[in-house]
Formats: sequence, structure tokens, C-alpha cells
Amino acid sequence: MAFREYKVGVRMFGCALGLSMMITLFMPSLTIVSVGTTAIGLEKELSYGRISGFSVEDPFNLGWGKPVTVTLNKDPRTGKKIDTTLAYVYKAGVPFPSGIRHPRILGVGSKDLSQGKGKIGQASESQGAVFLVVEEGDFQGKAYPYVENATATRGWDPDRILASASEGDKHYIGAGKIMFVREQCWWCHTLLPEQTQDWQYFGIPPRLGDFNGESPTAFGSDRKAPDLMHVGSRNSSREWLMMHFFNPRLVQPHSIMPRFDYLWGTVDADGNPIDYDKWRQEYTEYHEGKRIYPPEVPEYHPNTEIRYLIDYVLSLK
Amino acid sequence: MFKYLFARNDDIPAGTAAIYFGFSSIIWFIIGTALGSFNAAKLAFPDWVTGTEMFSFGHMRQVHVHAVIFGWISMAFAMAMMYITPALGNTKLWSEKLGVWNCFLWNFGLSLTLTLLWIGMTSGREYTDFPWFLDLYILFLVVVPLGINVWMTIIHRKTQGIYTTNWFFGSGVFMVGIVVLVGNLPEYFQLTGLTEAYLTWWHAHNILGLWITPVAAAIAYYTIPKITGNPLYSHRIGHVHFWSIVVFYSTPAAHHIMSSPLPEWLKSFASVEGVLILVPAIAFVSNLLLTMTGKWHYFVENIEVRFTVVGVLLAIPLNMQGGFQQTRAINWYIHGTGWIVAHAHLALLGFSTFLEAAAVYYGIQTILRRKLYSLSLANFHFWFLLIGFCTYWISITIAGLIQGAAKIYEVPYIDTVIAEHPYMIARWVGGTMVFTGNVVWLINMWLTAREGTVIPEGRMPHELAYER
Repeated sequence: MAFREYKVGVRMFGCALGLSMMITLFMPSLTIVSVGTTAIGLEKELSYGRISGFSVEDPFNLGWGKPVTVTLNKDPRTGKKIDTTLAYVYKAGVPFPSGIRHPRILGVGSKDLSQGKGKIGQASESQGAVFLVVEEGDFQGKAYPYVENATATRGWDPDRILASASEGDKHYIGAGKIMFVREQCWWCHTLLPEQTQDWQYFGIPPRLGDFNGESPTAFGSDRKAPDLMHVGSRNSSREWLMMHFFNPRLVQPHSIMPRFDYLWGTVDADGNPIDYDKWRQEYTEYHEGKRIYPPEVPEYHPNTEIRYLIDYVLSLK
Repeated sequence: MFKYLFARNDDIPAGTAAIYFGFSSIIWFIIGTALGSFNAAKLAFPDWVTGTEMFSFGHMRQVHVHAVIFGWISMAFAMAMMYITPALGNTKLWSEKLGVWNCFLWNFGLSLTLTLLWIGMTSGREYTDFPWFLDLYILFLVVVPLGINVWMTIIHRKTQGIYTTNWFFGSGVFMVGIVVLVGNLPEYFQLTGLTEAYLTWWHAHNILGLWITPVAAAIAYYTIPKITGNPLYSHRIGHVHFWSIVVFYSTPAAHHIMSSPLPEWLKSFASVEGVLILVPAIAFVSNLLLTMTGKWHYFVENIEVRFTVVGVLLAIPLNMQGGFQQTRAINWYIHGTGWIVAHAHLALLGFSTFLEAAAVYYGIQTILRRKLYSLSLANFHFWFLLIGFCTYWISITIAGLIQGAAKIYEVPYIDTVIAEHPYMIARWVGGTMVFTGNVVWLINMWLTAREGTVIPEGRMPHELAYER
């Protein structure tokens, strides 16, 4: 027995579901696609790289194939002094973010300026590129932020910037966001101050164009811990963050955050192996009142996951 | 199971796939609630198991979510579809072999998926955390084979009409395929920004609204009339339920991110549509409770009816919360708090789990022709599930209201954490009770399969007295 007596029903079902899909998928896409990016949106997508979750270039979410953000005080080509600038350095082979691959998503103005003045069309993944965010450019009498491909406009070479920059000037923000996603910080820490009452405590809610090119946005839905969207403005102490990640109870006795000491890896900054068992035992003694001071938190090695994560957290301004 | 994978279809006894799905679902329920209890313990006692990447909260939390959604709930749905769809069409399952393969690929895929998720291979998108190749696996090797079996069974039915339950089964499995396909577009095509955020919640909403809610309800449409012997109170109210689910409940996705900078028209529209969930909810609850007319003694005497009716009753607070908590007037207070977590557990562990448990209880007895081994163990399961769930639900609702108050008065966050601590312990106790009840359930069903009294030809399980 076929569906024949249900022909009307099946067609009605198709119409109903189709209508609902049109309203909830097609119509929002028209509104969202016309959202122009903000300078914050550009900074975020350029520092995060192509994607911050599972990707073919980084299947195990270890931070591979991500750009490095570098603080520059002098022109890396000529050596002349310049205003402090953040350069988003993509080594050869590091995939570009959506805004560079598909400039259309930057929105009117930003797209045209990035392609025209910014010359992002000349950037190539196989050779690498250095990008800058220009906060205000003029397009048809209005101000828009745009991306400048400094490799094309100023002859900046990604490898030379990375080789000459000091460790303190390099920020592994893209790899850090991978840590944030992989360790699932967003199950407890939202990245979305709410429009109602969060302003004073957690800062201004994000604007429409703050997310262009970012994926995943990782808003979080279940806030069991403070919002982190502007945490870098509230607390910019690397030392505090180090203690907090190694064992949150060191700086906040009532915290329920897990310890992320395993992100330190096997060796500390001096190359000495980290003895976790000893540390934990000493901490337990401290906790039980047998020691006056807790054990020292080891200084992390510059090439560790915790460094990436702290760089990311400090970038949330 | 393996011997049936390569057997001839006709050589596989009817109901085999349903039995495999039934026992798989119980085992996944045990795994899922064990993980839930473990996670809850970590929230109450953060230094309990600590400093190991694999056992940190962030690596375990989403494994719990997906083990219960795709392991327990969806496999229990598959079990229900494998035996209820043919029963309502007065026919056999279209392909028992496809069902067995479906069950095998489902268990294999889910084990693989959860292992990879556990080690940190995630897309970072809530409720669709799997990497895209695993989403495609789920779509083509889990959902599509299930759909084919259900649709072909309905087409080859030997009855004239299609009963309400099968409308929901047939359309639910179709809609979940669309949802998995579309909801993961950001991962296939690297869509970013608000598109990604919106589609994440579009997927999350519709997985619940177009898969779990309607299919769970469909089970109640079968078990209550079947066991009580009363015909469904109203076919037309069933129509109201079905069509209002399709029209209203497929649209309010944006109400999950009311505080994000999405287009305002979309949030307002979603919010209004969200209130309209009350239409299918009232249709469903009234229809089923009126079907019970004159047969309320079954609510006391019969374990499947008790599970079903409790599930139907839990749909009342569920939809009252669900309809109104997403309006702007209330959402600003409770958004992102434990209230929402409690609500999610009311939907999945309250409403839907009780309905699915009834289907699994009833299915295993009917297919194996064995009476339930022990009513006492079933009662133990029922009460541990109900009390454990209520402990969880009430404590986290209170914790959520505290968080909401702390949010609007902008209390230093750590004071919220301190205030929540007793409720976190209560949540762990509740979750552990649910887990314990499920272990007892598995034992009971295993003993039913092995040692339950054989049901005589021509009799139904609920017609026999309980013996233990």
C-alpha cells in the first residue's frame, strides 16, 4: 500500500517545512551576509587563522597551521622606527582566514579597500604573507576598516619577521584559540557579555560585525564561570594567569576550575623536567597546613600549549 | 550480532534489530549517565580527578552529551521504530538485515566518534562537536539507513491508514537528516562568523525540536493505547500536534542566542514562534491523558504505562518553561545559567527518557515473548530515575536562579560559585542515582531475556501478572 492517500499530507509537509526553512535559513542569511566587519572582527580573524576547531591542517587540535601575531616597533625591512603595530604573520603554507579567501564576507567598503589599497588579492598561501589591520580607510566618503597585505605593500617578509622578533613580541593567539576550543573552556566561560546586565562586570557586548571570518564563535551557553570576552582588559598579568591555570586554587581558593597543569608539557623554561607528582604532593601538604607556602609554579617553556592559551586569553581585550 | 550481519534476510528472526538496538541503548545510557555523574562530581569537587588531560572536565563533558543523545535517546528511538513501525503496519520490518547493519554501524561509529571527541578532536560547536567527516558518517551510515527502513516499512504496510506514531517516526527521521546536513554546513564549507553561530544553534534547536521531541511523543501515542486498550482519544488532536510541531517548532532556533548580535527581527520572530510550542504541547498532553480515561489503574499497576504517563506529565513543566523562558522578558534573567541546564535535563532525562524507557521495556518483552523478570527491580529503576532526576532538576534550577540574580546584581562571580556549591553536590547525588538505576535496569532486562516467564501464544506482556 503506497502513500497515495497521503499525497496531500506529504505535499503539505513539504510546504510547511520548506516555508520554515526559508524563514529560518534563507532570510537570515540575507541579513547576515550584508554585515560589514569591524576592526575587532578583522583583528580576530587574522590572529585566529582559517579555523579554530577540527581542520585538515590540524586534525588533533594541536595548534598547527596557525598564524603568529607579532608586535612590531620598527619596520622589519628598512629598520626605521614605526608606531607599535600588530602584524599577523602567515608563514608559507599557513592557510588564510575566510576574509582573505573570500573578501566578500568583509562587507561593502572593507572588501573594496582590502582588495584595492590593501592588495590582499596578491597574497598567496604557498609563499606566506604578513597582514595588518588598518582601522580607518576611506571608501566613497565613509570610513571602513580594512586589511593590508604588507608583503605586497611594504615588502615585509614573514620569515624575517619571525626570525627577528623576540619571544615577548610573538603572540600565538591562533594556536591559543585552538587550546581554548580543545580544552573546552567555553563550556563554563562564555564569550558573550549579554546586552542586559553584563556591561559593568564583563564589559560591552559584541557588535554585529565582530565575528566575520571567525569559526567557531564559541559563545558558550552554560556560564559557570566569568565571561571572558574582555578578560585581557580586566587582568593582563601573565604571572597570575600562570598560577591560575596551573592550579586555580592557588589564586582563588573557591574556584571550581580544573587544573590545566598538563598543558605545561614535560619540561619547564630552563629545560628541566617538571616533577608533577612532587608538586602535587607539596600542594597537598600546603592545603593541609603542613607548609606555609605553596610550591612554585614552574615557568613554562615558550613552545608549549599553555603559552598559546595564555597568549589567546591576553588577546581578549 | 556478527552472525546476522552476513545472514540471509529471511533467516534473521523478526525483531532482532530492535533487540540489539534496545540493549545497545541501555548500555549507552549507563555509559552516558556514568560520564554525567563523573562530570558532576568534578563540578562539586574540582580536585577529585585532576591534572590528566583525558579526565579533565572539558574532555568529558561533551562525551556525556553525545553518549546520551546519540547513544541512549536516538538508539532507543531506533529500537522503537524497528518494532513499533511494523506492528502498526501489521507487517514485518522492511529489512531486518539493514536494521542489524544499522545497529552495528551505529555502535561502531558512535564509539569511534566519542573516542575522537574525548581526545580533543572537536569542531568546537555545541551539540555538533564532531568533526565534519563524522557528521557525514552519522548522516549516511546512521540516519539514512534508519530512514530507509522506516519509510519502506510504512510503504509496505498492510493497513489502510498510517497511525499517528508512524507520522512522527517517518517525518522525524527525515527531518533529523536535513538538520544534520544543514546544521553542519559551516563545517563542510567553512562558513564563519554569525552564520556559524546561528547554524550551530539552528542545529541544536532542531535536533531537539524535530527529532527528540516528536519521536519521543510518538512512542506515547503507541504505548498508552496499546497497553490500556483504549483507542487514542482524538485523531484530530493528533493532527494538531503533528502539524504544529512541523510549522512552529522548526522555526525558533534563534531564541537560543537571544543575547547575541543576531538580527533583531529574527530574534523576535523566534521568540514568538517559541511560545507557540504550547500548541503541540497542549495537544499532546491532553490527547494522551484523555486516552487514559477509565484506565488509570494501569498507572499504578503497569510499569510501562507509569513510565509513559510520567513522561507525558513532565512535558507540562517542560513546555511551560520552554515556551516562556526564551521570551525577552524572562530570557535576560536566566540565559546562560543552570536553569537552562536543568531545562535541558528536563527535556532529555525527564520527558523523553521516560517515554523511551517505556518503549524499551515493552519492546524487549514483546519481541522476546518473555514477561518482565522483576517488577521490584523495575520499580527500583523507576524511582531511582525519578528521584535522581528531580534532585538534579530542582537543585540546578535553584542554582540557576541564584546565578541569574548574581548576574543582574553583578555580584563578584566567585560568590556565585560559592553559593552554588551545595546544589552542585545535590546534582552529583541525583546523577549518580540515575546511573545506579540504569545498572539495575540492564540487569533486569538481561534477566528478562534469559529467565523471564515465556508469554503464551496470543497473549501480550501486560496481560500477565508480575511474578517477582
